[in-house]
Amino acid sequence: MERRALFGGRLLPAVLVAPQLAITILFFLLPAWRAFSESVQATDAFGLNTTFVGLANFRALLDSPVYQAALLRTVAFCAAVTVLSMAGGLVLACFANRGIRGQSVYRVLLIWPYAIAPALASVIFVFLLQPQIGLLSNGLARLGIDFNYATNGNDAFGLIVLIAAWKQVSYNFIFYLAGLQSVPASVIEAATLDGARGFYRFRTVIWPLLAPTTFFLLVINTVYAAFDAFALIFALTGGGPGSSTTTLVVKVYRDGVINLDLGGSAAQSVILMALIVVLTTIQFRYTGKRAT
Amino acid sequence: MNRKPDYLAHAVLILGVLIFIFPIWVAFSGATQSAGAINRGDLSLIPRLSGLPVFINALGFGNTAKGGVPIWHMMMVSALMALGIALGKIAISSISAFAIAFFRFPFRMVAFWLIFITLMLPVEVRIIPTYSVMSDFHLINTFTGLTMPLIASATATLLFRQVFLAVPDELVEAAKLDGAGPMRFFFDILLPVSGANLAALFVILFVYGWNQYLWPLLVATNGRLDTIVLGIVQMITSDQLTPWNLVMAATILAIVPPVFVVVAMQRWFVAGLTETDK
Amino acid sequence: MATLELQGLTKSFGRTTVLHGIDLRLADGEMLVIVGASGCGKSTLLRLVAGLEAPSSGRILLDGRDITDVDPSKRDIAMVFQNYALYPHMSVFDNMAYGLKLKGMAKAEIARRVEDAADTLGLSELLGRKPRALSGGQRQRVAMGRAIVREPKLFLFDEPLSNLDARLRVQVRADIRKLQKRLNVTSLYVTHDQIEAMTLADRLIVMHQGRAAQIAPPVEVFAHPADTYVAGFIGEPAMNFCAARLGPEGRSARLDAGPEIALPAGSWGREGAGVTIGIRPQHVTLSTSADALRVAIDLVEPLGSETLLHGHLGNGETFAIRVSGPAPGAAELGAELPAEQLHVFDGGSGRRLAPG
Repeated sequence: MERRALFGGRLLPAVLVAPQLAITILFFLLPAWRAFSESVQATDAFGLNTTFVGLANFRALLDSPVYQAALLRTVAFCAAVTVLSMAGGLVLACFANRGIRGQSVYRVLLIWPYAIAPALASVIFVFLLQPQIGLLSNGLARLGIDFNYATNGNDAFGLIVLIAAWKQVSYNFIFYLAGLQSVPASVIEAATLDGARGFYRFRTVIWPLLAPTTFFLLVINTVYAAFDAFALIFALTGGGPGSSTTTLVVKVYRDGVINLDLGGSAAQSVILMALIVVLTTIQFRYTGKRAT
Repeated sequence: MNRKPDYLAHAVLILGVLIFIFPIWVAFSGATQSAGAINRGDLSLIPRLSGLPVFINALGFGNTAKGGVPIWHMMMVSALMALGIALGKIAISSISAFAIAFFRFPFRMVAFWLIFITLMLPVEVRIIPTYSVMSDFHLINTFTGLTMPLIASATATLLFRQVFLAVPDELVEAAKLDGAGPMRFFFDILLPVSGANLAALFVILFVYGWNQYLWPLLVATNGRLDTIVLGIVQMITSDQLTPWNLVMAATILAIVPPVFVVVAMQRWFVAGLTETDK
Repeated sequence: MATLELQGLTKSFGRTTVLHGIDLRLADGEMLVIVGASGCGKSTLLRLVAGLEAPSSGRILLDGRDITDVDPSKRDIAMVFQNYALYPHMSVFDNMAYGLKLKGMAKAEIARRVEDAADTLGLSELLGRKPRALSGGQRQRVAMGRAIVREPKLFLFDEPLSNLDARLRVQVRADIRKLQKRLNVTSLYVTHDQIEAMTLADRLIVMHQGRAAQIAPPVEVFAHPADTYVAGFIGEPAMNFCAARLGPEGRSARLDAGPEIALPAGSWGREGAGVTIGIRPQHVTLSTSADALRVAIDLVEPLGSETLLHGHLGNGETFAIRVSGPAPGAAELGAELPAEQLHVFDGGSGRRLAPG
């Protein structure tokens, strides 16, 4: 983990590290600290006095059915997006790895969606599914299906799952393809000689070898769904209709910026930080600290 | 050995490709048709060739009545922001990682862990407090305010550190014997040797910067600093009748630069992503 | 032109002492090979001279100048690494020129030196290539070129042949020796391979656990090894060692394995003192005499014109015999140990004894 060949000097490295440390302290640690301190305070109705309330904000949150609903919603969202996008990525990677002609062309064509902004993905899907003008929504209407994400909570939730998964497949595809390519050919050949074929061979030989990749992607996808999907959701529905698409991170924004409940929003931020610490720690522990 | 084409694989892959292309295609096709037709629900899947100039027109389009700026202005802001974030992050992360990997100094590990913590603090988690800090520094609605909080996260630093730790000791020793001091070594040898990782990082960070929504939403309070992503979302959430063809044209324009960067550098990009696992 | 002097060099890492006071003096133009098993401290010694590590105590003088605290790039030395350590993104020319460029040398002078070195090493056609387009042997030559252009007072070689395949190794070994002689630059060369050491060295230093076991020319080290470690390390196949006790007046010895043997003339110690008798496998002769040393053969290795027989003595000590021609078929052989080929070492310390 450490290297032997080093350079001497103490001033130089301090100077080199300073810019990042400065920004880290100013724009990460300071806000985090404020979140912590605000989360244990409450402001009165006029915004004039703040009092220390200990864990009251947290307790209120965890007791509140609205927060619990948001929590469940987030878990459901994360699970659905993760499963769908990982399955999609895996299937595509398996077929792309079969050594067919034009493989590299397929690869490019399946990688580029990574570059689409989540918010813009929502904009495009709005165009497709907007109740009045959307091509797909009109098509569905002709089939007798009334799909309206602006008024129907379930439709909205389903749509954000769809969009989030749609966007995330290419990321999983990239990693699964790399994972499959790193399975040694000799292992596959040995399995084939043992009589293993097709799906059976996949299930018993390849899938276990992909376990590190799978685990890694599980964490990444969960973090993505829980946090990065904010833009996607907000651009589509703003968290609505009602709160049917309000995941935890959307709720932080709504409560903090729109409803101006600083204490509650700060407490939510702290809980989210704790969640992400747990997830990242698990990932580093069990993938052998790849980045360390 | 005869190899008949793997029909199943082709079928599945083509299906996958189509699923991704389809929405973009509809957007492209919609951009070339008239707003009126779209609003009537009369959208065709075939783009109208005569409508192609819409992409040029869209550049000039902007919600100027509400103090907005034209599309091309927003694209420029996005480009500068993305470049600023990518280059800025690469610059400060590489020198930090260099210091941590190649030196021993007091509080070295403290610095490392402080930087590492930022991995656990994506912008979404600290939106409100970061905003209040920015506000205290009077950085709201400034370009600095737009880019700074997105520059210092740990992913690039960790990647660089990993790469730097893998450089053979003897290479460093040969350079020392040649008379290279630390900064010379950094510029003459370390950075060129890490070229592929630099390229991959650039792609990842450029896309990341370009695609930002939440942070610009908070920081850009007048139209001047609107990024293209922000601008487009605002277009569809405004109360007025949405000029869908222009919006779709703008969307296509907004997607082109990041997609181009990814596709052009895809080999390094894929290598860099899968090596770092982050 | 440069002499190198090491005075009492020690190096400790924390509580572990890796070098226990090395004293050495190299004459101008001499090639001194540091040889020993891994962990003996030879690489550490080289790195101290290079300036890549600082000694815990002691001094290094190059041409009379104390360079103990001098920065590596200012010591007027050059080093050839085991893994070549070429800059992968630079061409061969740039690799060789880099150090000179950093010194601020004029471009014309740099070009002259690089081209001369390339010519000497047969690299002139390869100057524009990058290291990854070169073979292992070519890369090693570039590494040497990089050292030559500095026109240093001292060359340091850190196991430069270890990464080459066997045949290439022999050839590059010869090239290095010829080059060093031609340039007449004082050189320190580290290796774990005793054949390399024997063929390259003007003098050898055999290192053992951080100490110099013997410093002498190769012929001397082979003929009169200073202790059992050196005796067992130098020479292929390794020397046989048999425990024995001195006879009356210390003029003969009785092997623990049985027979009494004659020693070279003189008294080797007190009667009854424990000694270790050494004899190289190729000096053992076969004998049909009844008093010969009995060796039970375990393994026969035909080597073409010779055969190597591995066996053991009555008391379990291993014993090897090298004979010319094919192996005698017997499962047990009689061995005779000619007195003039024997080496006598102290039974406890292993140090070479001299006759009184």
